[in-house]
Amino acid sequence: MSANQANKEPHIIVNDLTMAYGSFVVQRDLTFTVNREDVFIIMGGSGCGKSSLMRHMVGLKSPAKGQVFYEDVNFWEAEVEQRDQIMKNIGILYQSGALWSSMTLAENIALPLNEYTDLSPSQIREIASFKLSLVGLTGFEDYYPSEISGGMRKRAGLARAMALDPDILFFDEPSAGLDPISASLLDELILELRESLGATIIVVTHELASIFAIGNNSVYLDANKKTMTAAGDPKKLLAETEDPELRRFLTRGKS
Amino acid sequence: METTAEDMTKACELSFSRPASDTLLVRLKGSWTIGHKLPSGAEVQNQIESDPTIQRVTFDAGELSGWDSGLLSFLTNIINQCSAKNITVSQEGLSEGIRKLLHLAFAVPERKGARKEAVRDSLLNRIGASAIDVGQASIDTLSFIGDTFLAFLKFLVGKARFQRSDLMITIQQCGVQALPIVSLISLLVGLIFAFIGAVQLMMFGAQIFVADLVAIAMTRVMGAVMVGVIMAGRTGAAFAAQIGTMQVNEEIDALQTLGISPMEFLVLPRMLALILMMPLLCIYADLMGILGGFIVGVSMLDISSIQYINQTIKAMNLYHFFIGIVHAIVFGVLVALAGCLRGIQCGRSASAVGQATTSAVVTGIVAIVIATAIITVACNILGI
Repeated sequence: MSANQANKEPHIIVNDLTMAYGSFVVQRDLTFTVNREDVFIIMGGSGCGKSSLMRHMVGLKSPAKGQVFYEDVNFWEAEVEQRDQIMKNIGILYQSGALWSSMTLAENIALPLNEYTDLSPSQIREIASFKLSLVGLTGFEDYYPSEISGGMRKRAGLARAMALDPDILFFDEPSAGLDPISASLLDELILELRESLGATIIVVTHELASIFAIGNNSVYLDANKKTMTAAGDPKKLLAETEDPELRRFLTRGKS
Repeated sequence: METTAEDMTKACELSFSRPASDTLLVRLKGSWTIGHKLPSGAEVQNQIESDPTIQRVTFDAGELSGWDSGLLSFLTNIINQCSAKNITVSQEGLSEGIRKLLHLAFAVPERKGARKEAVRDSLLNRIGASAIDVGQASIDTLSFIGDTFLAFLKFLVGKARFQRSDLMITIQQCGVQALPIVSLISLLVGLIFAFIGAVQLMMFGAQIFVADLVAIAMTRVMGAVMVGVIMAGRTGAAFAAQIGTMQVNEEIDALQTLGISPMEFLVLPRMLALILMMPLLCIYADLMGILGGFIVGVSMLDISSIQYINQTIKAMNLYHFFIGIVHAIVFGVLVALAGCLRGIQCGRSASAVGQATTSAVVTGIVAIVIATAIITVACNILGI
C-alpha cells in the first residue's frame, strides 16, 4: 500500500464537471483525480448520477460544463483521432453486458480485435477463447448472448471489455444481479486484473461489500445536494467522516 | 370457505360519535379490505368541516375484523387532512400493526420537488415549445443525413468499417425474402389497373390499350411505389426495431466507446442493401404487374396473348423503365434513412422501440409519396 501511495501518478482528472440533461442538473462541481492503478469507486445512492458520470468520463455524453483529462489531454476538446485513441484504451463493462446480440460470444470479442489489430482470423479466435476462459466461460465461444444467463452475459461483457488489453477498465454496477459468490469472484477478478495488467479500474457501484473489498479511492455523489460530498479511500472515509449522509450510506443506515 | 362467505357479508362500516366537545371518535367496523366497497375519506372530512370546534380525532377499531392497505390508505388520507388543519390525530385506538405501518409511511418526509405537478402551460407556451421541438427535430434529421452521407463517402473510398456478413444477411432479408409479398401485391395492382382501364376503354372499343395503360403505369411509377410501401412496412420497421433494441440494450454505446461508428457499422450496410435490392424488386414488380394486366386482358377482354404482348412491347420504352428505377433507388434511400434514423433516435424503454417502429413506417411512407410527387413534376418539366 505504501509503495502504491508513493508513486501515485494521476491518470484521469475530472475538473469542475457539471452534468445536465437539458436544464435538469444531475450533479455539479465535480472535481477529483483517479490515480494510475487505483481501484476507484464512484458511489452514491440510487439515482444520484453515478452511471451518468461514467458516461461523461468515457465519452458518451458531453459535459454541460467542466473538463475530463486523460493524463494531460483534455478529452472533450481533443481532436477526433486523439479521442479515438483514448477510447481505444478504455474497456467498459456495461450494466447488462451490452453484448451485440446478433453475434456469438467469440464474435463479440473478435470485433474490436478485427477493427484494431492485424492478427489473422485464427489468432483472433484463439485470443477470444483465451479471454473467455479468463472469465470462466471456456467452451461457450459459439453461444449467442440470448442463450446464456445474465451472470454469464456479464462475464462475457468483461471478456469483451478486456479484448484490447486496455489501460483503463470501467465497470457499471458489476455485482448487480449476481449472487453473492459470483459477485465476490468478480471482485477478486477485478483485483487480479489490476495486479496483472496494471490497469486503472473505475467501478460504479453501491454494493458496500465490494466498495470496502476492492476500493482504494472513491468519490461519493450526494443525490440531494447534487454534488460530491467526499473523496478518498472508502475505508478511511468510514473511519473519519463527519457527514451524516455518507456515514449512513457506508454503514447501511445503522448510525 | 364458510368463513370467507361470512367475511364477505360483514362489509365495513364507518360511524362517528363525540365523546367530548372537541373530539371526534371515528368507529371502524367489519372487514376493511380492498376486496370490499370502502367508505371514502370525504365522510370524515365532512364531519370535521361541519364543526370547527373539533381539535382531536381518535379511533375505535375494537370491532374491526380484518384490514389491509384499504384501511391504511383511508387512515393516511385522514391524517394528511387533519395535519393540514392542525388537528391532532390520536392513534391509540388502532392496533399495533396498523400503527407501525402508518409510522413507516410517514417516516420519510416527502422529498421536495419529487412530486410531479400537473402544470398546464398556456396555449402560446405550448405552441412555442412545439415549434422549438420541430426545429430541433429537423436539425437532428439533417445531421443524421449528413453523417450517413459521410459514411457513404468513406465506403466509396473503401475505408468504412462494417461486417460483410451483416450486409449479406440484410440483402437476403430485404431481397429474396420479400419476393412473395411483392409478387402478390404487384400482381393484384396490375389486375386492378387493367380492370379500371378496361371499363373506360371498352366504351370506345379500345380495350387493347389496357396493355399500354398497365405497362406504362407499372414501369414508370406504380411498381416502384408499391415496392417502396411494402419495404417501408416490412424492412424500414425491422431496421427501426433492431437498432432501437440495440439502443435500449446499450449495444450502441458499446460500439461508440470502441470507436466504431454506428453510422458505418449499422446504418451503412442497411442502406447499401436497400439501394441494391430496391431496383431489382422494382423490375420484378413491374413484370408481375404486367402479368396481372395480361391475365385480365386475355381472359376477360378477348385480346389474344400475342396481341397483348406485342402491344405491351410497343407501349414500353427505356425512359419509362429508367424513371421507375430512379424512383426505386430514391425510395430505397428514403426507407433505409427513415428506419435507421428512428432506430438511432430511439429512447431507452420498450415503449420507445414501439414508437420508433411506428414512426419509421409513417416517415417512410410520407417520404415516398412526397418524393414521387417531386419526381413526377420534375419529369413533366423535363418533358420525359
